[in-house]
Amino acid sequence: MAPGALYLAIFFLIPIGYMFYTSLQSGFIGDFHFNWHFANYADAIKLHGNIYVRSLVYAGIVTLLALMLAYPVAYWIAFYGGRRKSVFLFLLLLPFFVSFIIRTVQWQFLLKDDGLILGPLKSIGLLPENYHVLGTSVAVIAGITYNFLPFTALPLYVALERIDKRLVEAGKDLYASRFTTFRKVVWPLALPGVFAAFLLTFVPAVGDYVNASILGGPGNTMIGNVIQSEFLTNFNYPLAAAMSFILMAALLVGATIYARVLGTEDVTAGAASG
Amino acid sequence: MSTTPNFSAAIGSTVNEITDATSPPPKTPSNKRWTRFILPTYTTLFILYLIVPIAVMIVFAFNTPAGRYNIKWEHASLDAWRDLFSFPDLSSSLKLTLEVAFLATILSTILGTFIGLSLGRYRFRGAGAMNFVIFLAIASPEIVLGSSLLTMFVNARVPQGFITILLAHTMFCISFVAITVRARVAGMDRSLEEAAGDLGADPRTTFFKVTLPLILPGVIAGGLLAFALSIDDYVITNFVAGSKTTFPLWVFGATRQGIPVQVNVMGTLLFAFGILIVVGQLAASRARARGDAKRLAQDKARLVPAQTS
Repeated sequence: MAPGALYLAIFFLIPIGYMFYTSLQSGFIGDFHFNWHFANYADAIKLHGNIYVRSLVYAGIVTLLALMLAYPVAYWIAFYGGRRKSVFLFLLLLPFFVSFIIRTVQWQFLLKDDGLILGPLKSIGLLPENYHVLGTSVAVIAGITYNFLPFTALPLYVALERIDKRLVEAGKDLYASRFTTFRKVVWPLALPGVFAAFLLTFVPAVGDYVNASILGGPGNTMIGNVIQSEFLTNFNYPLAAAMSFILMAALLVGATIYARVLGTEDVTAGAASG
Repeated sequence: MSTTPNFSAAIGSTVNEITDATSPPPKTPSNKRWTRFILPTYTTLFILYLIVPIAVMIVFAFNTPAGRYNIKWEHASLDAWRDLFSFPDLSSSLKLTLEVAFLATILSTILGTFIGLSLGRYRFRGAGAMNFVIFLAIASPEIVLGSSLLTMFVNARVPQGFITILLAHTMFCISFVAITVRARVAGMDRSLEEAAGDLGADPRTTFFKVTLPLILPGVIAGGLLAFALSIDDYVITNFVAGSKTTFPLWVFGATRQGIPVQVNVMGTLLFAFGILIVVGQLAASRARARGDAKRLAQDKARLVPAQTS
């Protein structure tokens, strides 16, 4: 194990240390030095606090939508997929066989003002001529939801699949209605899967900036867009590192509490089946 | 795909009764028969929704646009398939992506397999910490992984390019290989290794003749996952690529003007390639399972008369 552990230490843990170190530097572009410059954190919040909030709100809506959309599917496949379970799972995973960027570009293409979806609706008069989807928060939220749906569905499926089906029969034998059986047996037993799905959807959704860049407009900027441009366009490494560190700290505190309370098994099991 | 579910014998008939546990209880028997189809129909629509952009990509791979970009449907042809490499920088970005993916898969599969093996079979000091680090690496947003690597490379004055892309890809692939192998090891029959030891095999022989063949499906699955993650990565690569351009980076850069048809063709080829590999894998494991069952039946047939006599 040692070489792999060492590798993760060098290229995962130490970089986070470097990011913290960079976030406390100040100076001019190309000539930053370390001087405990905590003001970078205050600047990050002051300048971009509203964008952090927007990213959290978008990700929250995405996660709720994705959970509601994916739960019935995961439930049906887990309980009624029969011998075709693996076929259905395979179909759920199909988007992973196409590059994330290409999938998003196809949505951009489909949602264009005169594209395959809006064009016909406009020409038959169902939508006004100036109606548009691209460049709105709807497009960004829909894009992120689409892209992360399989990440939501898989941990739900894993948790639902694990339920001993005899417990459901027992519920029925005890004269529980189907709804009561679901509420009192299936839902609580699969709850760890809901939490795992939440984590695996919410965290990447907060940090995503590909959907906002391709499908969104200037009013839909997410925190990832800002971090990316501060790093790669403005070369303002200290501010960018502080921003990235805030994002990581917020999400990792949540993830760590999650791991302490619920353990890491459901998340890694959900990710492994992908 | 059929919307009428084939309720297999594996699931008891009783379970069928709760088909629509999420919908309100039916009032009449005819209503009940109708609600049976809600979930299968919904699942079909859901899967169709997932497939929509893939279908658009494939259909427009056969487009013959008037200009350079794939904006409007003109007529079908194989032009872009014949001139697949007519954009030299696109072709070289695909080549770079495949090179990185190949090397990152090998490196991460070796490193991740040993992590997965140790986590799956030994209880040791630090196992909890290792599990937690893997969990964090999977649960961290990509932008954090990419930007923290960039700060390290900048502070350590490491020039960015092929090597930094490879190092980054190997890093994020390791955890996925490790959990895939760990799952396989956890389900492995440990007594087989003990039997090899009892029969006088040294640890090395036991590993190569018993352990490795047993965990191989997990290792292959982990490697395929690593390859898929590597060719698809945009965010982390964007931070550590320097002046290099991988396939996802090229496509992202092109979104402003429009995407040439060649991108659709390459996406379609990668898609078909991925499907072929996975279907081949599934068929191979089915065949293996059938072979095992047959051998087991033969062994039983041989043993049963021996026991009765």
